[in-house]
Amino acid sequence: MQGTRSATGCRCRSVPAESRTGPVPSRWMLMLSGIAFAALAALTVLALSSLVSPASAEAGAAAPSPARQKELIHLVRQECGFCHGLRLTGGLGAPLTAQAMRDKPAETLEAVIRHGIPGTAMPGWEPFLSEPETRWIVLHLQRGFPE
Amino acid sequence: MTTKKLLPLLALCLPLLGQAADPVGTGPLRGTGDLGIAVERARGSLQWLDTSKLASLGRIEGLGDLSHASAVFSRDARYAYVFGRDGGLTKVDLLTGTVVKRVIQSGNSIGGAISQDGRFIAAANYTPGGVKVFDAETLDLVVEIPTDSKVIGLEDIPGNRFGFSLWDKGEIWVADLSENPKQPRITRFTHIGTQPYDALVSPDGRWYVAGLYGENGIAVLDTWNLEAGVRRALPDYGRGEEKLPVYKMPHLETWAMVGNLAFIPGVGRHEVVIVDVSTWTQVGVIPVAGQPVFVMAQPDGRRLWVNFAFPHYDTVQVIDVPTRKIVHEMKPGKAVLHMEFTPRGEHVWLSVRDANKLEVYDTASFKKLAELPADSPSGIFFTARAHRFGL
Repeated sequence: MQGTRSATGCRCRSVPAESRTGPVPSRWMLMLSGIAFAALAALTVLALSSLVSPASAEAGAAAPSPARQKELIHLVRQECGFCHGLRLTGGLGAPLTAQAMRDKPAETLEAVIRHGIPGTAMPGWEPFLSEPETRWIVLHLQRGFPE
Repeated sequence: MTTKKLLPLLALCLPLLGQAADPVGTGPLRGTGDLGIAVERARGSLQWLDTSKLASLGRIEGLGDLSHASAVFSRDARYAYVFGRDGGLTKVDLLTGTVVKRVIQSGNSIGGAISQDGRFIAAANYTPGGVKVFDAETLDLVVEIPTDSKVIGLEDIPGNRFGFSLWDKGEIWVADLSENPKQPRITRFTHIGTQPYDALVSPDGRWYVAGLYGENGIAVLDTWNLEAGVRRALPDYGRGEEKLPVYKMPHLETWAMVGNLAFIPGVGRHEVVIVDVSTWTQVGVIPVAGQPVFVMAQPDGRRLWVNFAFPHYDTVQVIDVPTRKIVHEMKPGKAVLHMEFTPRGEHVWLSVRDANKLEVYDTASFKKLAELPADSPSGIFFTARAHRFGL
């Protein structure tokens, strides 16, 4: 699945900020093509990983369901909020406001959320977030996170 | 009627002018020893609590961003000083249930302490990093102590001093306000360890202990003898083992006076660490359900109540101190954020954030005695803290 992330990530980085936060469908189209590429490259691995982690199979399919989006908003506001503040204005952790987030490469932010930052208090949230969910969080952090 | 006779009558009428819906002050005279507050972190309000009636007396609104709030109490136990994430410092009257005064004292705050003599409130700040000291009566600024680092673990220690730690620099500072509060005498201890994340003070106020996030061990300062410097303890704790991820920074709070033992959360390990404070050595660990956040000793020191970081935050475990065994486990619901004992510990109050309620348990039988609605509750603070060091 690494290929998926870098494929979409590279495309995302090259587009201007306006388009990056633009309509969701085009974004998921990009991910779909990424998925197709990864599937061609390593069909078995993809099949296996989608068995192990069903969420990863959704990578190109759809944004998290509305119910899951609600959970993700709660997770970010409440759990991330311990260090980054309920209003995401920072604390022990850095501010996660749109202003602070929008100029950072999306794939870097995704990697930070999933794997943490060694030597700091930032843990990796990989066990609790699929790649599309992480991407959804980053996208919305960069737009200004929903209440 | 003479003026002498009129005065008491007037005094009786005055509290009626208070603006709260049903302020305690309008009723019969009462004390505050059984009162407290619970922080409603999302809406920036407090539940105003009566621990004798197991009831809420109302809601106190308008305290700003309370996403990581804590509180200390005036020495007469009438006022709570609430430190909010947005740098707000709010003085709340527990007799009338009203905000008396509120100042925005920094951009971003984490907590604070009240001086031994009750005259000064110190706030620990992240942005800009430092400590600000306020007059407890007026909330006027007394002195600012810049640190060029996020400040954590701000605690009151005997001699009208405050101890605090610098997250970014790995230092412990002691500010002595006993001679000239406007120019406190600062003693700095450098290289105390990487990323001190919180601190505790022993019940007698003598020991200031900072937990280290960035490396193994704890940093210990004997406040009776600052010249001896900061010593490191438990340097081998967890050495060579890979740390588990920590999804919420643990807090240091407790010291159970049973055989001179301190109980602290393991960092990146699902255990409670037992420290013999006469030798500052580790004398054991107790495996628990997850990353401990608070390890709180009942006031009698007999049992410890432990809550946990995400994703084990629905669980509370109770440890029997003499046998070091888990004697009870319960799952009150998602996000048990805090626990607070009544002054002598017959009851414990829990905040269950995602269930939007406070729960009260009998600490002997573990029976649930009450549930009170509260909006996304976090810290619970009772006035008994007014008369203890380090709380």
